[in-house]
Amino acid sequence: MDRIAALGARILAVLRGWGHASLFFLDLLRALPQALRRFDLTVVQMHAIGNRSLVIILASGLAVGFVLALQMYYALVKYGAAESLGLVVNLSLVRELGPVVTALLFAGRAGTSLTAEIGLMKAGEQIAALELMAIDPRARVLAPRFLAGVLSMPLLAILFSAIGILGAWVVAVGLIGIDAGNFWSIQQSGVDAWRDVGNGVAKSFVFGILCTAVALYQGYETEATPEGVAYATTRTVVTSSLAVLGMDFILTALMFSTP
Amino acid sequence: MSKRTIEILVGLFVLLGLAALLFVALKAANLTSFSSGDTYQVKARFDNIGGLKPRAPVRSAGVVVGRVTAIGLDPKTFQGVVTLDIDRSFLFPKDSSAKILTAGLLGDQYVGLEPGGDEKNLAAGDVIKQTQSAVVLENLIGQFLFSKAADAGAEAGAGGKK
Repeated sequence: MDRIAALGARILAVLRGWGHASLFFLDLLRALPQALRRFDLTVVQMHAIGNRSLVIILASGLAVGFVLALQMYYALVKYGAAESLGLVVNLSLVRELGPVVTALLFAGRAGTSLTAEIGLMKAGEQIAALELMAIDPRARVLAPRFLAGVLSMPLLAILFSAIGILGAWVVAVGLIGIDAGNFWSIQQSGVDAWRDVGNGVAKSFVFGILCTAVALYQGYETEATPEGVAYATTRTVVTSSLAVLGMDFILTALMFSTP
Repeated sequence: MSKRTIEILVGLFVLLGLAALLFVALKAANLTSFSSGDTYQVKARFDNIGGLKPRAPVRSAGVVVGRVTAIGLDPKTFQGVVTLDIDRSFLFPKDSSAKILTAGLLGDQYVGLEPGGDEKNLAAGDVIKQTQSAVVLENLIGQFLFSKAADAGAEAGAGGKK
């Protein structure tokens, strides 16, 4: 009997967690208009989230472009299709790697700092102080960060893809010696601006909502102790990475299932 | 850092992102080449379209003049109906013929348009009457084997008479 009761308690706790997170997300969305009204707060957060992630995003994008081009070349040259190297790299970056790798890096770079910042605000009772002054911390603290994250993610993802394609161009045209005209024209005939690029941007938009909401939730609900903040930061990375990978599968199935 | 510097840096970041989007859309995707601007639609019926896919190019003398927009099956004649979007600046005679060809040995398939000699031109909604289906490798091999077998039979027959 005790075991059944324990199982029931577990299930209820999980359900309560989901409900709590969903209500938090709704609150975030409800506070968004206030973030738009105080857009200067969002701009400051975009600097912290977007600008400061630029270096890691650009460096990773370039490296991924280099490596993809080198690896794909070995496979493609066997079938005499080395010319379509650019197309292969472009499609994998724009559709999958750009949004997904950016989201994973974003969770590690920006998500953790959001969680730690808000967790420490909570530990230092700054959030409680805001409430005491009748300032809604969701509108003043959370909403600008949420908006900044959602806006930064697509920009970072498309930068990742663009620099990756440029990296592939350096390897393909500079190192391997594929004709530059062919490199671009095969991409232009094989990549659809709306279907491929547009869906990639839509994906990264969804990932932006996911990663930022998870990071803010973990920070806001953290236990107000040093261990609590450390634990919340870890959970931010794990939860948002798993959420991104799972959501990516669903989105890819929805967007690209028809040929 | 002052607020002004932060705002400038964020503006720079947003501009950089938009520039990347433009670069990917224009240079590395097909936004510039042949959008649905000024085109007219004609249809062509083929007995077999092979591996033709929507968005495949339509070429005349090797030059891209349009794209395949839709592929369907006529439920009565069981022919493949291919809808072609052709650039308005290229007008083809009414008796032009369409072929399904392959770029290279293993490349993608495209529609080749060969102009005829009619004085009237194809207009939107017209159907191209003369078509040549895609070459299906299995059929080709089948024909080859069949003719070989026929040759061998004829030889055997001639040998028997001797």
